[in-house]
Amino acid sequence: MRYDLDLIASWITPGSRVLDLGCGQGELLEFLHEAKQVRGFGVEQDEAKAASAISRGVSVLQGDFSREVRDYPDKTFDFVVLSQTLQQVPEPLPVLEQILRVGKKAVVSFPNFAHWRNRCQLFFQGQAPVTPELPYDWHDTPNIRVIAFKDFTRFCNRYGITILEAVGVKTDPASRSGLVLRWLPNLRATYGIFLLSKE
Amino acid sequence: MSEYAAKISPDSTSVGLSHTRLFTFAQDEPFPLESGASIGPVTLAYETYGTLAPDGSNAVLVCHALTGDAHAAGLSSHADPKPGWWEVMIGPGKGIDTDKHFVICSNVLGGCMGSTGPACADPATGQPYGLDFPVITIGDMVRAQKALLEHLGITRLLAVIGGSMGGMQVLDWAARFPDMVVSAIALATAAKHSAQHIAFHEVARQAILADPDFNAGSYYTGNKPEHGLAVARMIGHITYLSDEAMRHKFGRGLQDRADFSFSFEADFQVESYLRYQGRKFVERFDANSFLYITRAADYFDLAATHGGGSLAKTFSNGRTRFLVVSFSSDWLYPTYQSRELVQGLKRAGRDVSFCEIEAQWGHDAFLLDNPRLAGLISGHLERTRHDLEKGLL
Repeated sequence: MRYDLDLIASWITPGSRVLDLGCGQGELLEFLHEAKQVRGFGVEQDEAKAASAISRGVSVLQGDFSREVRDYPDKTFDFVVLSQTLQQVPEPLPVLEQILRVGKKAVVSFPNFAHWRNRCQLFFQGQAPVTPELPYDWHDTPNIRVIAFKDFTRFCNRYGITILEAVGVKTDPASRSGLVLRWLPNLRATYGIFLLSKE
Repeated sequence: MSEYAAKISPDSTSVGLSHTRLFTFAQDEPFPLESGASIGPVTLAYETYGTLAPDGSNAVLVCHALTGDAHAAGLSSHADPKPGWWEVMIGPGKGIDTDKHFVICSNVLGGCMGSTGPACADPATGQPYGLDFPVITIGDMVRAQKALLEHLGITRLLAVIGGSMGGMQVLDWAARFPDMVVSAIALATAAKHSAQHIAFHEVARQAILADPDFNAGSYYTGNKPEHGLAVARMIGHITYLSDEAMRHKFGRGLQDRADFSFSFEADFQVESYLRYQGRKFVERFDANSFLYITRAADYFDLAATHGGGSLAKTFSNGRTRFLVVSFSSDWLYPTYQSRELVQGLKRAGRDVSFCEIEAQWGHDAFLLDNPRLAGLISGHLERTRHDLEKGLL
């Protein structure tokens, strides 16, 4: 499995109920079910991916997760995972509030915009960065929110979201290996992965 | 539901010859109905495919739509050119795999394909019931099916599966007998009919009632209300397709002619198609049954019957797992109705999967060969079976 998903899986308690928003073909949920007897549920917009997940035996709702998440009663899930999707959400705050309403804890990951490679491209080439983590041009990117590791930390503090874990990792988008960075994560991490709760 | 003359699959993926059997109950004690009336004896025509596991864990009940019957798969005889109505889905290695599952399908109460309905003799008079037949509900159909399953020694269903009005039976099963239904697969259906849907049914019923041969439902010894029933069927077929499907299938093409006839012949292909479907339907279906069954479907309101108006309350009991599927071009049971159902299931804390399949064939899509649908159903069944074996359900 992808390194970042592996790391997320390590935070999930065995036997818990997990909602994965933007679950794709259900890879993470399937792994969690096999390895940790997790009761997993997913939401995926794309019909082909959602159908593929259901065909493989994962419970998935096809739909827009920012809408779908509203129907669940409070604290339905032990964990809600939003993996590498926050940068595509038009209104991150209400979505995160919903996530922390339906889940006791949330796992949120995103590509770190403040990574040194992005900074260099902007500084030296004077162009919007295009990197393996952010592979799109300015006009066709689904990534409409620019999130830096540091920004997200501030954002959580400002809106009363408790950060239980904040990890910067260095990994490629599809890589099975990676590194947790203790030192200068905002500069060196390609992705930020946070464990959040709202007391 | 439409009829599709699916080609019988090669023997390896067909259940082969299937025989309709009859089960009769309520001979001594009449079967009470939701309307307050009762009826007895009651006969249900049914077919089964595959083998029931010794522990009874692999039973799958298939519920048919408005005008279907017990003959869901295989051939009735070697001379029969037309396989069962869901031949594409039921058989060895198919979406509902008869190598793994024991499949039961019965004709609904009120039907005219072997089960007790208005065309049957009323024991009180010896004459066909006609309009003296009591009005039945989807719930009555389901309770009759339960009596059949008890007779077959089945106490638990791995899945109840159906589309359209069959899907309504699926939902009623899950709400009425939650401890018996491990998983429910509801296709192209709704928790209640929309006003538009009731309106179509009403026009169809009026076509029958206005036929001069209808004779207040007592037409079994003379001419049948064939024109009315044919028009009712034509209306049905319009609602089963979609604008896109009709453009695709017929467009403005003319039928066997190069120019207009300047008369009221069936010039257009679509006219010819509807007339043909109407003609074919009156050969096999009873007009009274059509009245009673459409009525039952219109009366159906799952949340009102089982949850005081709340879908979440309806499904708050039991542990049934759900798969809900809608089709993008279905305007008879549109996707929003499936989503409302899913919303209720989520609020009730049920394990539910939902997929809207992109398909141009309108409501009929659930009856057509569709690898995606077959994959969804088989995957859902497989996981349910697996979890059941592991004791997770």
